[in-house]
Formats: sequence, structure tokens, C-alpha cells
Amino acid sequence: MSKERSEYLINRNDNQYEVVIGLEVHAQVLSQSKLFSTSATKFGAEPNTQVSLVDAAFPGMLPVINEFCVKQAIKTGIGLKAKINKRSVFDRKNYFYADLPQGYQISQFKDPIVGEGKVVLDMPDGQKEVGIERLHLEQDAGKSIHDLDPKNTFVDLNRSGVALMEIVSKPDLRSPEEVNAYIKKLRSIMRYLGTCDGNMQEGSLRADVNVSVRKKGTKDFGTRCEIKNVNSIKFMQMAIEYEANRQVDLIEDGQTVDQETRLFDIKKNETRSMRSKEDAHDYRYFPDPDLLPLEVSEEFINLLQSEIPELPDEKKKRFIDKFKLTPYEANIMVSDIETSNYFEDVVKKSDVKLATNWIIGELFAALNEKNLEITDSPISAGNLSKLINLIKDGTISGKIAKTVFEQMMEGDKDPKKIVEEKGLKQESDPKALEALIDKVIDDNRDKATEYKSGKVKLFGFFVGQVMKVSGGKANPQLVNEILKLKL
Amino acid sequence: MSDITKQTLSELVANIKEKKLSSSEVTKAFVDRSEKSKELNTYITEDFSNALDKAKKFDDKPNLDLKLPGIPMAVKDLFCTANVRTTAGSKILNNFIPTYESTVTQNIWNEGAILIGKLNCDEFAMGSSNETSFFGNVQNPINKNLVPGGSSGGSSSAVAAQLTPITIGTDTGGSIRQPASFTGTVGLKPTYGSCSRYGIVAFASSLDQAGPMAQNVKDCALLYEVISSYDQKDSTSIDFKRNHYSKELTNDIKGIKIGIPKEYRVDGMPKEIDDLWQKGIEYAKDCGAEIIDISLPHTNYALPTYYIVAPAEASSNLARYDGVKYGFRADGENLIDMYEKTRSEGFGAEVQRRIMIGTYVLSSGYYDAYYLKAQKVRKLIKNDFDEAYKKVDAILTPSTPSSAFKIGEKTNDPVSMYLNDIFTVPVNLAGLPGISIPAGHDSKGYPLGLQIIGKAFDEQNILNIAYAMEEKINFKNKITDWWIK
Repeated sequence: MSKERSEYLINRNDNQYEVVIGLEVHAQVLSQSKLFSTSATKFGAEPNTQVSLVDAAFPGMLPVINEFCVKQAIKTGIGLKAKINKRSVFDRKNYFYADLPQGYQISQFKDPIVGEGKVVLDMPDGQKEVGIERLHLEQDAGKSIHDLDPKNTFVDLNRSGVALMEIVSKPDLRSPEEVNAYIKKLRSIMRYLGTCDGNMQEGSLRADVNVSVRKKGTKDFGTRCEIKNVNSIKFMQMAIEYEANRQVDLIEDGQTVDQETRLFDIKKNETRSMRSKEDAHDYRYFPDPDLLPLEVSEEFINLLQSEIPELPDEKKKRFIDKFKLTPYEANIMVSDIETSNYFEDVVKKSDVKLATNWIIGELFAALNEKNLEITDSPISAGNLSKLINLIKDGTISGKIAKTVFEQMMEGDKDPKKIVEEKGLKQESDPKALEALIDKVIDDNRDKATEYKSGKVKLFGFFVGQVMKVSGGKANPQLVNEILKLKL
Repeated sequence: MSDITKQTLSELVANIKEKKLSSSEVTKAFVDRSEKSKELNTYITEDFSNALDKAKKFDDKPNLDLKLPGIPMAVKDLFCTANVRTTAGSKILNNFIPTYESTVTQNIWNEGAILIGKLNCDEFAMGSSNETSFFGNVQNPINKNLVPGGSSGGSSSAVAAQLTPITIGTDTGGSIRQPASFTGTVGLKPTYGSCSRYGIVAFASSLDQAGPMAQNVKDCALLYEVISSYDQKDSTSIDFKRNHYSKELTNDIKGIKIGIPKEYRVDGMPKEIDDLWQKGIEYAKDCGAEIIDISLPHTNYALPTYYIVAPAEASSNLARYDGVKYGFRADGENLIDMYEKTRSEGFGAEVQRRIMIGTYVLSSGYYDAYYLKAQKVRKLIKNDFDEAYKKVDAILTPSTPSSAFKIGEKTNDPVSMYLNDIFTVPVNLAGLPGISIPAGHDSKGYPLGLQIIGKAFDEQNILNIAYAMEEKINFKNKITDWWIK
């Protein structure tokens, strides 16, 4: 029943269409130097300052594989529960473009370094497994800049030769929401592994999106279109929605979908034909004779396996088992490594239930408002656990805690000091509270009489008055108890 | 002191070490002779005055422990040389000055040698006659209007004419051995992976090897010892134990088994070549070698295989010459137009022909029928040699199916030109070492060469055989200095 509800279908004239999506994600390998040269890979450097003779394809220059990038790709493969191929081959993908100095991109075609694997998505109606077809290593191209001069194109080769992992999914995705979950999960796994920073603004993660539609219940895939180089999840979702509807319209109109490569225009929110199948490049792939086949041993893979940290799926299970988090809470806590580290630091010294609520509630809201990542949180995990302990041991009320929290957000102050300095400590001395309560009852004689004559709703009024007079510091539980006796 | 340029490398090294000659005297002698030999057109770029300066510097502070102390040397213009123009014989690199040095030339300078200039060659090493060079024909010093062979034609001509005591070439399908054979000189194509390809303008990456070209086997062994090194900058470089080839050189080859492959007796082979081969077999026997008939059954397929593999790799290797980053650029309306004009005007006809062949054999729909099949045949050709080497230590064949031909004789017949490489190409496909030594003259008095093919990394063995046979053959080059007025 619930499955039916969340299905993403396009309805037209009594026909229901299912959308079939496969992604080719290009993830930049997190590494100091490029895939086949020693140039730096730092983002945002001055144009053409991170270019070696190899990157610029000078005569007689030869590629030499960067072992670290190979390790990163294998680790990612392990994170995707995939088969690691002990022998893989680098091929040349030949085409001419001004930002491709060699006239070919070194990639892996027939024999990629990583084979089939899988990624598990947590969707609102349960888990969904998405198959991974392969992961291969390849070089990035440079960047053509067309808008600096009316006549000329400028080329920046800083990115030329940077290592990319192309992660190809099976056509297992069925909705923009699943695409969202898939990209986030992939990103999370790679960030846990430290193999890709997943920074979509800087282009570290981008995707080609393959979309086709078919009538619900049919088995054969429809003709697919490939939407090139989309660099945000939101744009991917918009592009899929537009493209799926375009294809359905064509079919309903009695036309056919042409297999082609399309571009997504962000401004117009539409996809446009880039080139048809007939115009498709013939890349003339062949094994790069400058590089021997890449061979890795069982021991090499095992060593990397031993360096793999706890990944999101395993961590989630542990959080549920150990900390009794709900699956919803656990998902949030493991979504990225920084959040899970923060959470674990906080609960080392404080109550899990309170910590969970404060992180998911107050902290996330406050960070969101200031547009900060958890790593930039003004409140350290240590101080948040101190605040939680102050609530837990009754030093302050939950309400006061919010005031303290706000002040902590202005700069990472010790909550104990804030409580002391501002005199925010909760009043829990029964004698002091009694005096307060007596005064409130005295000042409101008429209401006290009404209460006694049966208007019990007025109890809340008295609690409120006591809290007000105490400046919010009175221990609410004690106030309740004493009031009941006094009235 | 007798004419300096007539001395062998070994003699020059000894004379400099014994301080009988200075580097300046030697360098000046070769520079002077080169100046008088412009008609041969061996040089693309001369670096004479720098060479004389370097020689003087060497003499001021001579390091006589080096293997090539103050020896002047011109090199094929396919090797990138820092701050000296490197053209690969092509218009498209006419203005290219590298900031870096190839590993092979660096090894040479590290042993004290001095660059005197860059030698002519076929454009991107594609050719067997040096006629495809943008910088014009090279004359064979043997006779006017005779090709010096190719692609290392400037190198073979310069060594034969004694414009440089020794030199280096590159050999993709015979480009060292064939020109050596045409000029009565010695040329060694080492095992693939022996000499680094770093800084050598690439033609066909899986076949290209640098190697020495010399007047005699001993000089050849010495230079090979200098240039062969393991290099991490070349992923196909191989880390094996390298000998002191010149020190370990011996003419004692008694009991060595030499194979004679029947498939090299090709149809239409001139009787002179067959006779030379027979003579070679007798010389080898005289040296104490045992002669054994062998079969290399896939020899017939070597040439067609080579003319698929080499152009395929070349078509991709030469894609970088697009007018964008360096080298020649023709103006165009847009990017594609600029590419087309740059490459049409920048590359010569033979290079364009090979780019087209290579592009074709890699195209979808043809890849399996051509490139993939060629790779399979290549494996079979290698297996032939592996089988043969179970029975023999080396193989003896003619170097070429004919002596040097006339300039222009084959320029309109590419297939006949390609047939020149029939005996040398299988060696490249199998990645083996091969050496050509002068072994006699044909009826016209032109030199003919014999090829000795070795096992992988067994350069010492074929150098020894060549050394022993050289002594028996006692070849004398007939060069009259006809070009010197």
C-alpha cells in the first residue's frame, strides 16, 4: 500500500508512465597530484599555474600512473561493495577539443578497475538497492572559457589530467527523489572514505543523467536520452522531470523518442538536443601504448580493505543498536561523517536522548540559519554535552537552556560560565520557592478564591506567575508540587 | 695527428683521455667538416658555436673519467633537446624549442658529450628514405642522388660522412638498421624498454626505440651502454641488469647457435642479397658459430600487421599537434577550421596518409577486423621468435631486400617503399634487439647489411656476434668525399 503511494508516475490520457534513470557520476579523486603527472590539483588556483609538460601534452611527454589515485579508486570500489579487478587497462578516448591537449583522454573502456557493486538507499517507504555497473579512472579535461573575450576562447589547463572516478549505475533509479538519495548516499560514502570531497559547487561531483520512460508494467526499456554534465542535485531533478515529461508527450503524440545527447538549460528549465546518435563521436578507443595494464595484487587490495573506516550503513546499524536511535534519527546522524563524529563526541559525556534532540532540533536549525556546516559550528561537541548535563542534573530548565544555547552560538563559551555570570541557575530551594509562591497567592487573592471554588484551570495561571516573578529560573517541577499544597 | 674526423669514437675517447687531443680540437674538426658538407643536408639545426663554447669549457675543466669526454655529437631531430629547436622533420614543429631534455640525450651529455646539431629525418620518423622531411632530402655520402635510408637518414649519412663520430637514431620499423645498411654503417635497435622514450617525439609508442648508429661495433656498444637506462618517467621502461657492453665485448662466439629463418627468402629477392646472406652464414661459421635452419611461420604477416599497428598509434600520438599550444598554427574561421588548416598545411603527405590509415583501422566497425586482429597476429609473430629461441641464440638475416635506391625512385609508390622494412619490422613487433652491420657491396658498389636478431635483453650476445663477424668481413666503405668542393 505505502509503496503505491510513493511511486513516481507520469499520467497522460489514462496511461501511466514509469521513469527509468541511470547515472554516470564523475567524482574527482581527492589527491594532491594528478592521475598521470605530479602537478597540483588545488581548486581555484590562478589559471594555468598547475600544469606540467605532461598535462599540456608536449612532444615526447609520457604519462606515469599516480599510485595514490589507484588506491582511492579501489577504496571507493570497496565502499560500493564492488568487485575489484586485479587487472585493468587504460585506453585512449580520441577526440579534438581546445581544452584536451593530448587530443585524447586517458580513460578505461573495456577493463575498468572496479566492477559490479551496489548502493542501498533509505527511502521513506523502506530500503532500495541500486546496482553499480562499474567504476573507472580517467583524466579530466581542461576548461574552455568563452565569455572573457568576444572573439577568442581562453583555455585553463589546471584541471587537465586531474583524476576522476566515473561511477556508472545500473538503470535502477525510478524518480527524482531516488536520484537525490542516490547522489547523497554516494557522496556520503566517498566522504567517509576520504576519496572525493563531493563538493558540487567546485565541480568535484557531477553527473550525466540517462532518462527513458515506459508504460507502467512493461518490461522493455524505452529509448534513452543522456543529459550531459549536470552539477547539482536540484538541476538533476529538474532535468529529469522535464525530460521524462517531454518523452511522454512525444509518445502520447504518436512520435518516437530519438536516442541523443541533450543539455539542461538552467535558465529555461528545459533540455535541448546537443547531438543525435548519428552525430555521436567515434572515440576510437584503444589501449594506451604508453601505459602497461594496471595489475594489483590480492595483498594490495587486502591492505586497502583494512584501511576502510566504518561506512554509513554499518554506522547506522550501530547507532540504532547501541544508542537506541530511531532509523530516522540514525539516518540523519550518519548522513555525513562530520555529523556522526560530532554526535559521537557529544554522547561520550552526556545523555543520548537529549543530545539527539538538541542536535537534530536546535543545533541544525541554528546552523541552517547561519548557513554553516557542522564543522564550522560555533558550539563545540564538548560544550554541547556540558549544556545537556546542566539540563539533565536540573541546574537549568530546558527553557533557560535555550537562552544559554543562543549565547553559545555567538561564540563557543562554556555553558556553566554563562549560567553563573548571568545568574541563570535554576531555583530549586523549596523555602525560597515557598516565599515566592506565598507572595504570588497573596497578590492574587481573588483568583485563589476562584480556584478553590472549582476553577482548576487557573492553576496554570499561578505557575506562569511564579515563573515570571522568578525570571524563569524557578524549578517548574517543584513549583507545581508546592503550589498544589498551598492553594 | 692524422685526420681527426677519420678516427673512430674509441680512438677519439682514448686520445682525449691521454690528452693527445682536446675536446676543442675534436669538436672544431667535426664542425669544420660539417660546414663543408652542407650539400648532404644532414643537419636541420646546427649548434656549432655553442658546441665550440662547450668544448672550450670542457677543456678548461676536463673530466676524463667520463665515457664520452668532450666528444661532439649530432643527434636525430626526434630527440627533444633543451633550448635547441626540435622539429621531428616537420613543418608543424618548425618553431618548437623544448625546455626539456630527452632521457637518452641527457644520458649522453652526462657522460661528457657535446651537442653539435640536430640531424635530418623523415617527418615524425615516417619513411624509409628521408624524403618525407619538411627540410628536404638527405644525400647518401656513398653516391650523389642516392637516399641514405630512413627514417634516421640524417644520422646514417652524418656518421658515414664522418660529420659526427657517432650518433643516435630511433627505430620503429627499421629506421636505424635500414639506413645503417644503406650507408655501410652499424646500427643497433635495442630491446623495447631498454632505452627510455621520455622526450622522444612519439611515432608509434609500442614500437619506438632509440639506439646507437656508429662506424663500428665497438663504438656502437659503448654508446648503447651510455643510453640504456631504467627511467621512471617512461612507464614502459624495463628495470633489468645492464652490462658494461663495451668492456664485455668479445669476438669469441664459438658454439653460439645462429638460426637462419627460411621465410626471409622472400619472392623476388635480388640474387645479390641472397649471396650476401650465404656469405654471412660462411663468416658466422668461420667464427665458430653453429648454423641451424629455423622457421618463423608468420613472417609474411609482419608488414601488414605493422602498417596497422604503427599508423593506429601514430594517428592518436599526433593528435596533440593541433595549433593550440605550440608549433605551427594556420589561421581559421573557427576552431575546427583552424585545426583543419593547421594540420593540412603542417603535416606532409606521408604523415597525413598514415594518420588516415590509423584513424580508419581504429574506427568503430573496423577496429575488430584490423586493429584487434593485428594485435593477435603480433602475438603470433612474437611466439614465432619465442619458439625459435628454444633452439638458437640469435638469428641472421639480410637487413634490407635491396641496396640504397635513387632519390625519387619510390616516392610515388608507398607500398614498394614500405617493402623496404620487410626484414626489420618483425623485430619491432616482437620487441627484440637487432643490429645491422655492413657486410659487402652490390654490383654498383653500394653497401649491403646483415641483421643479427637477439633474444630480449640479450644485446651483449648480438654485439659479440656482430663484433666477431665484423672482423672476418673487414668491410671498407667506399666514400670519395664527392660533395666537398
